[in-house]
Parts: sequence; structure tokens; C-alpha cells
Amino acid sequence: MRPTRSLTALAAVAALAVTTACGSTGSSGGKNSDGTFTPPKQSAPKKLGKTEGKVNLIAWAGYAEDGSNDPKTDWVTPFEKKTGCQVNTKTAGTSDEMVNLMKTGEYDAVSASGDASLRLIASGDAAPVNTDLVPNYKNIFDSLKQRKWNSVGGVSYGIPHGRGANLLMYRKDKVKPAPDSWGSVFEKDSKYKGKITAYDSPIYIADAALYLMKTKPELGIKDPYALDQKQFDAAVALLKQQNANVGEYWSDYLKEISAFKSGDSVLGTTWQVIANTAQAEKAPVEAVLPKEGSTGWSDTWMVSSKAKNPNCAYKWLDWIVSPKTNAQVAEYFGEAPANELSCKETAEKSHCTTYHAADEDYWKRVHFWTTPIPQCVDGRKNAKCVPYAKWVQAWTSIKG
Amino acid sequence: MTDTAPAAGLGRRLAGTLHRRPRLRLSLLLSAPLFWLIVAYLGSLAALFLSAFWTTDAFTSNVVKSWNLDNFVTVLSESVYRDVALRSVGVAVAVTLIDICLAFPIAFYTARVARPRHRPLLVVAVLTPLWASYLVKAYAWRLILSEGGLADWVFGPFGTEGPGYGLAAVITVLSYLWLPYMILPIHAGLEQLPGNLLDASADLGARTWRTFTSVVMPMVFPSIAAGSVFTFSLSLGDYIAVQIVGGKTQLIGNLVYSNITLDLPLAAALGTVPVAVIVLYLLAVRRSGALNSL
Repeated sequence: MRPTRSLTALAAVAALAVTTACGSTGSSGGKNSDGTFTPPKQSAPKKLGKTEGKVNLIAWAGYAEDGSNDPKTDWVTPFEKKTGCQVNTKTAGTSDEMVNLMKTGEYDAVSASGDASLRLIASGDAAPVNTDLVPNYKNIFDSLKQRKWNSVGGVSYGIPHGRGANLLMYRKDKVKPAPDSWGSVFEKDSKYKGKITAYDSPIYIADAALYLMKTKPELGIKDPYALDQKQFDAAVALLKQQNANVGEYWSDYLKEISAFKSGDSVLGTTWQVIANTAQAEKAPVEAVLPKEGSTGWSDTWMVSSKAKNPNCAYKWLDWIVSPKTNAQVAEYFGEAPANELSCKETAEKSHCTTYHAADEDYWKRVHFWTTPIPQCVDGRKNAKCVPYAKWVQAWTSIKG
Repeated sequence: MTDTAPAAGLGRRLAGTLHRRPRLRLSLLLSAPLFWLIVAYLGSLAALFLSAFWTTDAFTSNVVKSWNLDNFVTVLSESVYRDVALRSVGVAVAVTLIDICLAFPIAFYTARVARPRHRPLLVVAVLTPLWASYLVKAYAWRLILSEGGLADWVFGPFGTEGPGYGLAAVITVLSYLWLPYMILPIHAGLEQLPGNLLDASADLGARTWRTFTSVVMPMVFPSIAAGSVFTFSLSLGDYIAVQIVGGKTQLIGNLVYSNITLDLPLAAALGTVPVAVIVLYLLAVRRSGALNSL
């Protein structure tokens, strides 16, 4: 048996060599006592150089349209013509997928939501952004600048893209009466058992927490992303109860469209862009903002610290928040634009009013995705909150 | 022609050396496949196994290389992982049994009943589904099983409807996907079955059932075991068909897939579960002697 043993030894050595060669970096920002953290030291570029001829993006569906889904919806081709930067887009379905894709170092920029952006900053995967190199930054709503999900210690880590709410979608022909509350997806004895759908990501726990915030005030939930153990357990219990009625969970937006078209799903969470696409494909669906308010997103275009095409990435950042393009994206995706000049550029003149682009009171009802951390972000000093890693584990057990 | 002479001389010397040293010859022959086996194949498995002992930063999801057994403790102690592992093994067993039941009659026909001239064509016909992409077939099943789809239409007259998306759909689709891998080995086994054994059995007065259990089954069992290795291991590792037709069902592959983005070490620990199950399965198959005749 001699050769076998030496083979095993050889295999072990080879394995060690492989793992040390491609092991991930363990460096991450240290956390301060007050709950904030110090990101790894990096600096933003002082000026831009020559464009590289291409840029690799990670984006939400509908954020980088090149006309392949709808010939009329195309803001990538004009960008390519203008800058000579060829755009390669990778569409991601969840924030977790974005975080992971950014770790590969293969991408130059990402449209990160609030539950991904801080993680990217803390891990050093996203670099600080010099906003002076993005001329259109000056016209972005002040309420979106320097927020806790796109900057740390006064340093910007990205350019705000737009914001919107997660909506409740239903089949008009199957769901009667029309729902106006998240209760319709959470109630125990739903008559739509097996036809309810939910977003397949741990961050969906916040949707349950938001519903409990309005319906069970005794739990004392103030922020769906700052849940102590008792509040968290209540939200998880609600989702386990919901699981019995869920037909399938979605993170692939195309799968959700097909499920609503065929009637396999008739009720559940959605994004405006999904509702728009499904309606364009003649599915009888409607999307509403329920009375409890909603979770939502505020997205930020960030540049990778390992970007191979940083100059093209900066050109893209400027392009995507330029008045015309930002208006196109906002209308297509169904969200409020980040650039205030975009409101004059939308095809539907009332778009900014419909989506409450400048309505700060409205945005107080929408709870933007944030990464849950052990320190309670709702301001409680004596409580300990459940961190995101535990949300991930709980999500697995909710699905069973 | 003078300039080729030294090259030819070198070639001859090399050939001579190789002829005199059989070990050198062997190592040259095997170095490429062995490199592949050790570095790419076993190496990646070992790297996976090693990373299962690490942990991740809860906030940034970066891998932290501190050795511990936490991930294995989690996998073994949390009831959800146990349930999912058992469900996955159950699916793999069900798919294997269904495929055996479906494959045996088909293989019997293609190997013994059909005209010898037609047999190669039938084997090709069995193989044709393998030419289509896995995804195409899985999405075709998504359409078949969807609301108002083919399954509902077929079951409609019986006052019921199709299974919809879920565990039953997963078992159906996986049984369909892996059926050729079961038919082929059984076909080969039945083809090699000497006809005179069947005649002898009949001469000794055995009826059909007795011949089947005492002559055919013992001879074909190794082939069934070989086919079951394919269907069992392919089902155990599958996560794509589950995502497409499984509804909310989670199998072990889905847990690995969903954790690999955020918690690579936990995903690696989960990934060792099917490896362990399959190794145990292979040992059991080997004990039965089925691998000797392959």
C-alpha cells in the first residue's frame, strides 16, 4: 500500500498549496465601540485617466438596459457610443449575491442596496468615490447624499442611484377583494394557500417585522432592521406560519414573472419593474403599496477597490445619474430618481410625483434595506440586536 | 537530409532509454492524468474540506482562517440541516427506485426482445434525451407542471390535478433526467446474459418468476447497482431542478448554494454531507460485490 500513502501525502500538500494560494483575505475593518466601524484605509482617485474601453457591472435587473429586453429601453448603447466603454452587465438577484460577486474582483462597479453597501465598505471591496469626478453628483437630492448606507465618517463610497419600495403584487382575476395590507400574505388561513410567493432572501424577515410593527405594538418594534431576540423570534414565527401557504420563493425576477403569468403565484412581494414587465406581457397583475408601509431600497453605485477599469466605471457612474438616463432608469424600474433634474426628463410627467421623488415624509414610511448589526440601529442602548449572520441561518430554517 | 540525423538520433536514444526503464515510461504515461486527479480533483475536494474548518466574519462575510469545528457542530445539531439531509437522501432513494422500476422493462426490451438489428437504434433512442440541455428539460417540466399545464390536463379527467411544484415534482423530474443512466447499465447486463442459462432454467421446470428471481436478477444485480450509483449520486447533489420545479423545497444542494455566497465554510461543511453519504453508499455497493464485474 506504499504508493497509496505517498499519494495521499501528495494530495494533502497540493491541497494546502491550492488553499493558501487562493484563500480569501481575512482583513476587515475593526469595529468601534459605538457600533460604527473603521473601513480599511483606501483613497479615492484625484483625477481620471484614459478610458479602458470596457466596464464590468453588477446590477439589479433593469438597471443597465441595452435594448435586449425592449428595443426602446436602452441607455447602455448611447453610453458605449459616447465613451467607447463596452458594458458587460451581470444581473444579480439578491444583495448577498452582489456582495459575493464583488469579492471576486472581476467587476468594476455595483448598484448596491443599503443591506450590501456597508458590508462592501467594511470588507474593503468597495473603494471611496471622489464625487468631484462625477459632475452630475451636484444635482442629486441632498437627502440622498452622505447617508449611513453610502458613506462612512464623511467619506463617500458611491453615487446615489434611486430609491423605491417593495410592493404587494396580485392577480386581479384571482385575488378578490383587492388586498391593501401585508396581512394578506401573512394570515394563517389564506384562501390562496400554495399560491403565495415571497422574496427569497434573509432580508425578507424585515417585511414580517414591519407587519408586526403595525399589528403587534406590544412587541415594541421601531425599526424592522433592529430586532432584539424576542422581536426577531416573533418575526421568524410569523414567517414559518407563512411558509405553509407559500408556493415558491423567488429571487430570480424572471421566474416570478412566469409564475404570475401562469397563475402558479397569485399574491406576494414584488418590485415595480416586475409588475411593469408582467403587465407588458399581458398578465393581469397589479402592484400596490400596502397600508402598513413597506420595506424598500436606496441604491448606490459603488466602485470596486480592485477595479481594472476605474475610469470607465466613473464614466458610468456619471452617466447613470445624468438627468436623462436617471429618468429613464427610474421610469423603467419604477423608482424615484436620485437626480432632481431627472423629474423634468421623464416621459410620464407625473413620474416624480407618483414615486414621491422629493416627498421626504413619504420616505419616512419606507424602511430602506440596511444590514442588521448587533448594535440596535433604532437607538436603543440597553438592547442587543440580532446580527445579519443569524438572519441568514433563520432564513434557512424558515424555509425548512 | 543531414540535419535530421541528430534529431533522429535523439529520438532513438530517448526510445532506448524508455525501453530500458519501464518505471520512467510508466510515470511519463501517467503524469498528466495523475496531475489532474490529484491537483484538480482531489485537491479541490481537500480544499473544500479544509475550508469547512474556518469561519466567516459575520458582518463582511470575509473568510477568517481560524480553525474550529463550529460548522460541523451546526450542521449536526441544527434540526433544519438534519431534516434537509434526510429529505435529500429520501429523494435520491426514491429516484433510484423509480428509475430501476422504469428502466428494467425498457432495458429488457432493448436487450432481449427487440430484433437484434433494431437494438443499437433503440439504445440511441434512449440516449437522445441526453443531447438536450439539462436546463431545457427542467424548464420544460416547469411548463408541464404549471397551473393549467399538461399535467393538470392529463389528471383533470380523473377529478384531480397535477402535483404542482414541490417534492413530488422534484422526484418526477429527477427520475426523468437520470433514467438513461439506469437503462444503459441494465441493458448491458441483460445483453451479456447467456441465453442458454434461461433455456436451462426452463428445462429444469422453472416458471417465469422463478427464472427471473434465481437467474436473471443475480446476474443483472451488479448492473442495477452500477446504475443506482449514477442516479443516487446525481440526485443527491442536484439543486437546479429543485429551484425550477421544487417550489419551496430545499435539498442539501440548495443549502450549499445559498450559503456559498455568504458563509463559504458552512457551505463546505454542508458539502461534505453528500460526499460522506455517497462514500458510504459506494462502500455498501462494493460489499455487495457489484463493482467487481464492472
